[in-house]
Amino acid sequence: MLIRRKPDIPSSEITDEKVYWNRRAFIRAAAGAGALALGAPVVNRLVAAAAGGRRDGGGQQGALEDKLNTYEEITTYNNFYEFGTGKGDPAKYAHTLRPRPWTVEVTGEVHRPRVYDIDELLKLFPLEERVYRLRCVEAWSMVIPWEGFPLASLLERVEPTSHARFVEFTTLYDPEQMPGQRRAVLPWPYVEGLRLDEAMHPLTILAAGLYGKVLPNQNGAPLRLVVPWKYGFKSIKSIVRIRLVREQPRTTWNLVAPHEYGFYANVNPDVDHPRWSQKRERRIGELFKRPTLFLNGYADQVAHLYAGMDLRKYF
Amino acid sequence: MVVRTQGWWVRRVVKPAVFVLALWPLAWLVRGALAGDLGANPIEKITHWTGFTALTFVLLALCVTPLKVFLGLPALVHLRRMLGLYGFFYALLHFGVYWVDQTVFAGVGFSPRLVAEDVLERPYITVGFTAFLMLVPLAATSADRMVKRLGARRWRALHRLVYFAAAGGVLHYLWKGKMEEDWAVAYGLLLVGLLSWRLVAGRLRERARAVPARGVMGVVPAHPSPLEVGD
Repeated sequence: MLIRRKPDIPSSEITDEKVYWNRRAFIRAAAGAGALALGAPVVNRLVAAAAGGRRDGGGQQGALEDKLNTYEEITTYNNFYEFGTGKGDPAKYAHTLRPRPWTVEVTGEVHRPRVYDIDELLKLFPLEERVYRLRCVEAWSMVIPWEGFPLASLLERVEPTSHARFVEFTTLYDPEQMPGQRRAVLPWPYVEGLRLDEAMHPLTILAAGLYGKVLPNQNGAPLRLVVPWKYGFKSIKSIVRIRLVREQPRTTWNLVAPHEYGFYANVNPDVDHPRWSQKRERRIGELFKRPTLFLNGYADQVAHLYAGMDLRKYF
Repeated sequence: MVVRTQGWWVRRVVKPAVFVLALWPLAWLVRGALAGDLGANPIEKITHWTGFTALTFVLLALCVTPLKVFLGLPALVHLRRMLGLYGFFYALLHFGVYWVDQTVFAGVGFSPRLVAEDVLERPYITVGFTAFLMLVPLAATSADRMVKRLGARRWRALHRLVYFAAAGGVLHYLWKGKMEEDWAVAYGLLLVGLLSWRLVAGRLRERARAVPARGVMGVVPAHPSPLEVGD
């Protein structure tokens, strides 16, 4: 494993008992009745996580401690323009989204293209807890305990062809379920993309839950990308299609404002947004700002992906 | 029996009521801050709210003259200075919170360096800061004796700055957002409406002076010269 184990956050700080017991509800809801047979191994895995098994939230943290944001903070303050442009809008309006039934099409430059039912996916790939920092391009950040699986597991399963160089992701387009799409604030549907090596990196996950519960609609149910070293807008929500492609795919914010949002969107304190500084960030729940860390503190794990690249040009 | 004039009602009843109501946005913030009720990012909420309120009051002050004409209530003019001063008051709070956020909360004391850098480097901050600066002389010369000291003509000329300040505020608001703020767009349209009205009304007033009996914009003047646009 490429990931270096950093000093674990005491499990007492991370998962309270209530949440721990909720895992069972989560598994039931996520995997559905058919998962009963699979229940035991999944539970074991999650118990291991709760006991402080994997903590990838480490990286190059300075003297500042990373404390989990509360469930309340994570689920009431975020951007999800499909439900409105205010950061309280997703929590208010995302109840119209129907995360079941749901399918995810995996297609393009792969040998085994398939349309997966979401519950089938969750059975195929056991969920693990990943505690990641999330840095929004708007200069705020959180620490979030995701439940997810490596995107690489899914990509390996569909066997990318030798032509596959990028991965393109697409969010659901349905103005009935996503009323924000009735207005052309962005070109819908939302699309995002990664280079194949970024997509295959073990830190890159598809998340289906947080805090041991099923992913709430406003956070991108039923399945979203999480790429912790990139600005939050790269972590596309409510995914319906994953397509492996030869050329660098178009990405929504880059289409809207190419001088402000690049394809890579790696967290970088030395490359400012044209309208504001990226040197510092406000961790939600804190008054004093923190210095923003290069690659959001995951440089040890991912800096090699960008060796030799001019990150001012490829921002 | 005492006959109450329109001016009496506005000065003695409406104005004190507006004075108190105008403190509501501040009271709302203080209550929310004390109750820990300002959401996950309270500083951002306070910054946005004070800025929004500042622009609201500046635009309200600009609405007074057209309103008094259309409603036929010339006494409304007694509210204008107060609304404008509230605009300045909230703009001052907005700027103060921004300053503290930019310096103290970034761990550099009250140092003006980061503020200066931001103002110089970020166009939307430059525009907002300039708009705020323009409000300063207006607030400073708002007292009656300042009108006398400057002379009505010069005072009026100076106070036309308020249109530039409002335009700067709207631009700052639009620019900061991701071009999707309904309120910013609405305020922009309102300002365009107010400016057009002012230009049209100014011209019509000149014509009305030439032909006094005709009335202006469908409103028959209830008293001489209802369109004191520039005052």
